[in-house]
Amino acid sequence: MTTETDQDFYAGTSETGEGRVFTVTGQDWDEIASGLGGGDAAERVVVNMGPQHPSTHGVLRLILELEGETVTEARCGIGYLHTGIEKNMEYRTWVQGVTFCTRMDYLSPFFNEASYSLGVERLLDIEDDIPEKAQVMRVLLMELNRISSHLVCLATGGMEIGALTVMTIGFRERELVLDLFELITGLRMNHAFIRPGGVAQDLPPGALDDIRSFVALMKKRLPEYAALCNANPIFKARLENVGHLDLEGCMALGLTGPVLRSTGYGWDLRKTQPYCGYETYDFDVQTWDTADSYGRFRIRLNEMWESLRIIEQAADRLARLEGAPIMIADKKIAWPSQLAIGSDGLGNSLDHIRHIMGESMEALIHHFKLVTEGFRVPAGQAYVPVESPRGELGAHVVSDGGTKPFRAHFRDPSFNNLQAMGVMSEGGMIADVIVAIASIDPVMGGVDR
Amino acid sequence: MTDEKKAGPDKAVEQAAVDQSPENAPEHLEEVRAGIEVHAVDERRGMFGVTGPGDTSGYDGLVARVVLPGAAQRPYGGWFDTVADRIDGLIEQVVIHRGEITFHVHRDRLVQVAKLLRDDPSLRFEFLSGVSGVHYPGDKGRELHAVYHFTSYTWNRRIRVETSAPDGDPHVPSLVPLYPAADWHERETWDMFGIVFDGHPALTRILMPDDWPGHPQRKDYPLGGIPVEYKGASIQPPDQRRSYS
Repeated sequence: MTTETDQDFYAGTSETGEGRVFTVTGQDWDEIASGLGGGDAAERVVVNMGPQHPSTHGVLRLILELEGETVTEARCGIGYLHTGIEKNMEYRTWVQGVTFCTRMDYLSPFFNEASYSLGVERLLDIEDDIPEKAQVMRVLLMELNRISSHLVCLATGGMEIGALTVMTIGFRERELVLDLFELITGLRMNHAFIRPGGVAQDLPPGALDDIRSFVALMKKRLPEYAALCNANPIFKARLENVGHLDLEGCMALGLTGPVLRSTGYGWDLRKTQPYCGYETYDFDVQTWDTADSYGRFRIRLNEMWESLRIIEQAADRLARLEGAPIMIADKKIAWPSQLAIGSDGLGNSLDHIRHIMGESMEALIHHFKLVTEGFRVPAGQAYVPVESPRGELGAHVVSDGGTKPFRAHFRDPSFNNLQAMGVMSEGGMIADVIVAIASIDPVMGGVDR
Repeated sequence: MTDEKKAGPDKAVEQAAVDQSPENAPEHLEEVRAGIEVHAVDERRGMFGVTGPGDTSGYDGLVARVVLPGAAQRPYGGWFDTVADRIDGLIEQVVIHRGEITFHVHRDRLVQVAKLLRDDPSLRFEFLSGVSGVHYPGDKGRELHAVYHFTSYTWNRRIRVETSAPDGDPHVPSLVPLYPAADWHERETWDMFGIVFDGHPALTRILMPDDWPGHPQRKDYPLGGIPVEYKGASIQPPDQRRSYS
């Protein structure tokens, strides 16, 4: 290679006083096209869209072969956001694993935490010992999260087809959900709040009032989306019959979530294989029968209404459960102290510090061992899927009986569903590729992990 | 310390001590006594994850075998038997743990089993969630495991199928012709574990860069340490640090 560098294939070079200067000439497409042998090949162009492109939902690279404006072949290049979360988790305790996996699909952190925690709980055989309040809080947070995730999907999807108002109102409402997250968990994203055994903190005072007023406000605001989009001729023209994938295609390619439900098949893990007590909530699975991007949009809109229904029921239950435990009673799993709110914010519980520093050496040892060493999880493997906003999210958790996961693998719905990009967009127009991808709603943090 | 001393007290004394205080019995003693074969995939030494001469805890002679849940006996209960009856003879072992059923299948029969799982009207596992690799360096001859999760929409059932390959011959047949959904999952498992899925249409790296050497999720993949600016010192890689095991 070293001898070749003098004559660069793409750009001529010349040595100047400031070093080598490359001159990109361009304007040589005729030459390149004639080199391809003429005929069809001259009309065929391969275009890289991304990895940095506003319409690709993060760092997704699309490799499109075009004939005019028609896409003849489409492939994805992924991996630009790979951070080795699964490998990192193998060197942290079981509880610390939550801190890592919450960062995968950053638009639905609670679902990542829930699927992992449910897997660990199954391995520990403590599924029946999780306090009711913890389960209700999980459901509440997951449904709030479903709303915020769907809002981002609609907002960015709208922006990509030029509907900027959908984007601004989408992010306006999402901000309200993030405010609730901040109130309940202290953070807007990356919460590490749902943990094996329960949840990290009790609801702060006044949280239920804020949740109820949020629900009331959303009931006024959600119809705005319907008014803006549902019958909007431009919106419909861009979405209808775009990104078509029927039930057979969905099953073969393993698609779940709104894409599967847009074929009219009502598969929702919350109903079919319930977890966290979803079987006790009153809600309907939303389907559509067009198997296209428009159907997926309507499903997401309807699912937000269903989530509001679940949130209302969860809030009613939480009102009855004031003061109930939010962490498993087993002191070998639950961390010994909850944080306390002081004059300078959330911090150590002074009562607990007094106890371990002044009263009980054993309590200090117990605290230290549980936090540094962690608990042991019996050897075996478990896979507990949850219905994330994008489809089946499952954590395959393997333990060798140690204090750290032997292996944690996440079956992320975005990763799987992106495989359908080619089927959805080949043969269509290049502008429809963007709409098709937006209807899959991939989050690259989850795809690449 | 001499070797004799390290070996500990003779066996007869040890058995008596166990009988006196059963809480100190080694794990899986019941299986050993009942004559059930216990298949250990690894062993853990000491109590605090310290290795080498640094272990002054006094527990350095402790050896605990890592044993995964063992084979289940018939009847498995409920629909587990229905599924097992259909693929009986093609499976090596059935493990039921925490209410989940795992069928261990030899890699030569994997495609046959998957085809049956998909096409048989009484099975109808239409949906393959994906492939998850697991590397057990201590499981000699079957170091690399590929774990598949199947779901039946028709019957609302979920099963796990597990197959394995030795490190020296890391080949497993591809399921892409049967389940196109396996495409990216198999590429990821190749990328991370080096399992070659024979018959895959384009088995290339997917998450790591195309020119990346090695397969990072393997347990023997070297991890990087972090140099610190103090007299050439460096932070050890995480798998060599002192940590609880």
